Amino acid sequence: MLLKDEVEMLRRVPLFSGVAPAKLKLLAFTSDRVSYKAGQTLFRQGDPADAAYVILTGAADILSDTPSGEIKVAEIEHDSIVGEIAILCDVSRTATVRANSALEALRISKDHFLKLLSDYPEMTIEIMRVLADRLSHTTTELSEARSKQKQAAK
Amino acid sequence: MEKSLGRYIWSNTRLQQIWILCVVAVSMIPYFLSFDLPKQIVNGPIQGMGFDAPGATQTFMRIQYDIPYIGNVVFFNGLELTRFQMLMALSLVFLLLVIINGLFKLYINTYKGRLGERMLRRIRFELIDRVLRFPPGQFKRVKSAEIATMIKDEVEPMGGFTGDAFVQPALLGGQALTALVFIIMQNFWLGMIAAAIVAIQGVVIPRMRKRLLELGRQRQLTARELSGRVGEIVDGIGTIHGNDTSNFERADIAARLGLIFSIRYDLYQWKFLVKFINNFLAQVTPFLFYSIGGFLALQGRLDIGQLVAVINAYKDLPGPLKELIDWDQARQDVQVKYAQVVEQFNVERLVDPRIQALMPEAVSRLEHSLQAVNLTLSDDSGAPLLRHVSLEINPSETVAIVGSGGSGAEYLAEAFARLIWPEQGRITIDGKDILELPESVTGRRIGYAASDTYFFHGTLRDNLLYGLKHAPLTKVEYEGKSAAQYKWNINEARRAGNPELDLNSDWVDYASAGVTGPDDLFKVVRPVLDAVLISQDILDMALRSTVNTAAHADLTDRIVELRQALRKRLKKEDLDDLVVPFKLNAYNAQATVGENLLFGSMKRPMMTNRKLAAHPYFRAVLRENDLLIDLYTMGLEIAENAVELFQDLPPDHPFFQQLTFMTADDIPLYQQLLQKLKGHGIEAASSDERTSIIRLSFSYIEPRHRFGLLNDKLMAKIVDARERFHNDLPDDLKAVIERYDPEQFIASASLMDNVLFGRIGFTQADSSERVNTILRDIFDRLDLFESVLSIGMDFDVGSGGKRLTNVQRQKLNVARALLKRADYVIFNRPMPALDQRVQDQITHNIMENLHEEGHAPAIIWVLSNTALANLFDRVIVFDKGTLVEDGTHATLLKKNGIFKELVS
Repeated sequence: MLLKDEVEMLRRVPLFSGVAPAKLKLLAFTSDRVSYKAGQTLFRQGDPADAAYVILTGAADILSDTPSGEIKVAEIEHDSIVGEIAILCDVSRTATVRANSALEALRISKDHFLKLLSDYPEMTIEIMRVLADRLSHTTTELSEARSKQKQAAK
Repeated sequence: MEKSLGRYIWSNTRLQQIWILCVVAVSMIPYFLSFDLPKQIVNGPIQGMGFDAPGATQTFMRIQYDIPYIGNVVFFNGLELTRFQMLMALSLVFLLLVIINGLFKLYINTYKGRLGERMLRRIRFELIDRVLRFPPGQFKRVKSAEIATMIKDEVEPMGGFTGDAFVQPALLGGQALTALVFIIMQNFWLGMIAAAIVAIQGVVIPRMRKRLLELGRQRQLTARELSGRVGEIVDGIGTIHGNDTSNFERADIAARLGLIFSIRYDLYQWKFLVKFINNFLAQVTPFLFYSIGGFLALQGRLDIGQLVAVINAYKDLPGPLKELIDWDQARQDVQVKYAQVVEQFNVERLVDPRIQALMPEAVSRLEHSLQAVNLTLSDDSGAPLLRHVSLEINPSETVAIVGSGGSGAEYLAEAFARLIWPEQGRITIDGKDILELPESVTGRRIGYAASDTYFFHGTLRDNLLYGLKHAPLTKVEYEGKSAAQYKWNINEARRAGNPELDLNSDWVDYASAGVTGPDDLFKVVRPVLDAVLISQDILDMALRSTVNTAAHADLTDRIVELRQALRKRLKKEDLDDLVVPFKLNAYNAQATVGENLLFGSMKRPMMTNRKLAAHPYFRAVLRENDLLIDLYTMGLEIAENAVELFQDLPPDHPFFQQLTFMTADDIPLYQQLLQKLKGHGIEAASSDERTSIIRLSFSYIEPRHRFGLLNDKLMAKIVDARERFHNDLPDDLKAVIERYDPEQFIASASLMDNVLFGRIGFTQADSSERVNTILRDIFDRLDLFESVLSIGMDFDVGSGGKRLTNVQRQKLNVARALLKRADYVIFNRPMPALDQRVQDQITHNIMENLHEEGHAPAIIWVLSNTALANLFDRVIVFDKGTLVEDGTHATLLKKNGIFKELVS
């Protein structure tokens, strides 16, 4: 897969959709292309966060360690970014991500990602928009869950 | 040391001095004869004295002496020669005398030179010997650079002076006296004039030179201080940068240089003034000779021949005289320097030479307890560090010493290591003070490691085994030339009072490390390296380094086996694509275009990319098949991509790290090139510009850069060019390029490259770590791990071990103390640079695993983590310089004392 194809794929990721192609090309060039086999781990819960991953092809499970063992929280597919939260707020990984099929990803290191954000404010705004969107989504889910809980308690 | 240099020289070189004096005395005979000859030549054959009648002859070389009791004996009847024959004969005798005098001079000077060099060697050795015997406290007061200057520079003139010490006054005095006596014999009054001027010179000049001596002494001191300061700047460069004090240092140095300049300038002024007066006095004499002697000659009271001889003889008087005065100056100067140096090296409480005596035999184990009796230690200002401590540590006992920093625990450890000498009380083993025990006992049977490590410039192996090098243990057999050289070396060493120890011998005491020789050394080294958690570092060093194939044939001979084992293993774990192997007839996508083209390794620094690119053969290979144009086009596209990607970024942007084939400074350059060359063919580019463009293509790796510039056809072309390149490789390139051969070890490539024989797949996740783990395992399985460690041991640690990290140095320092297999091992907070977790791990390893096989030393460990005290048989607690608690871990915990406080 060539740089220009990667740029095309990056444009399909909502986070980057508003960013100029030339900048996406730079982002792609300065990132590492990494391939994983099914079952290989991208990162583990509790590890220090050093990079975000854009899934180019394939899919991965997001897993969370609980006292009762590992449970699958979600699945991500191509054209999505994973691990960006941890590098933004400097916390360790909150979940384990494991490829469930052969997977190709673009590994954007933390320094490069942050540098891009400070260089291109339009990217920062885009990220803010996506995050705010997610937050409102989560808040809605939470309130729904709470109201369900209340109803169940009655 | 002897205070007077004269006596020091005399006592060490008496016989040689007497011999050379005798030679000088003998040399006086031809010297004197050569004075008389000119007079004979001028008066005899030239002026015709005794050749009054034409055809008259004179006797030449008639040798006869009046010997008492026997009467007149004629040894040689002589030859009857005419005036012309006589002139020739006498001239030839003159020539002969010149040669004889010259040969004497040659012999005397060589002999003196050798004498001086031996003396210099002796003094230098003696001074360093003293440094080795200084009491530890002395090193707090002296700067290493100053000591080095004293030994290297300040004693240097003493060597030169030694040869002259007695000979010079005898020789020059003799010469001057001869000349003077000769002049007096020719004419008494002319002689007296010369003598009077000599007397004036002899009195006035040395007086004037007194000041020169004082200035010389100041020059010496200021120069020594300067080198001390330079040493401080080098050692403290981090502190200087960290505090922005470089200008303060500049000011200090400038002030010192100014002072040195003023002293030296003063010195020159005086020196040339003295020279002027000296020269003037010397030149006044001929003036008197010409005027007074000429007057006498005119009056007929002096014949011309006599006057010529006097003037001729006088020519030889000022020379020796001046040198004699110079000699006296040098004598005083050197005496002052010597006294200065000796003063610095005459230190009280010097270690007795017997304590450091060479001991090639094994030293028996210490089977008695180590006792501190009423031990009091204090620092340089006299403040107490430790007060009245008495304790006893038994063989094989493990003791944890705990206490906060400054509690005295660390000083007790230093006292055990003899780094601090007791103020009162003593430390004994079997009733003997450890300061009086020979170092062959204390240095071998007691091990010590603290946080301040020191590593000597050399390999890791040299440094790790340093604690085992006590005496030359093998006798090296020399043959032929080297045997003669060795004999000569030993003789010279003996003559200069140096020891006759052979550095080429194997000094490593394998037996005391518990092995039989260098071959099974790793049997004991590896567990120690594992215990201090440094084997992985050494393995990495080995993998990154090129291997000396002669020294490590055990591994390099099995390289094929290693490569196969790696392939098999990768296949088995389904990791085939982790490493892409080099194949002669296939393009390796994970390697650069340049690597693919070369398919070999260059012997640097004889061969570099630049040199190869300029080589006509290489160029010819590229030109065939139009490969050159392909690569040029490719380079142009790379440049275009790079410029497009990076032109807007500031030059210090971190993204430039990713740009492997150019630097930020190159971007504008390539921008210009592109404007000029884009759309035109390769012909538009000059030779230099072509190189700049094609160079880019060499660094290109498709999976990494992903510009889409390589297709199957081009790859096939490159593989084809590779074959042609190697087929007719000229000899000059063959010598510096090693072709990749799956059956051979590549000496100029790193061990890693050799084992992989390919490139790690760039896109594989965690590829390097996974390869490292697999390699480690394979080395272990093939029994090659120790060979690899041995290669890592060749790593050059740099000056003071600075090429190692602080963490590595502290780990190795502990390893070094353990390798000695001492009976008492003392660790004085040895690893503060390490994480607490790693420190704990290493402590556990050493205390629990390392001494299982029987050798059980007493371990005295000043702990930084009190929680580890439960690993030890006994715990001793210090507080404020006194011993406060002593007992087992359990009893101390029960006591509710300071220890419990420290643990919680």
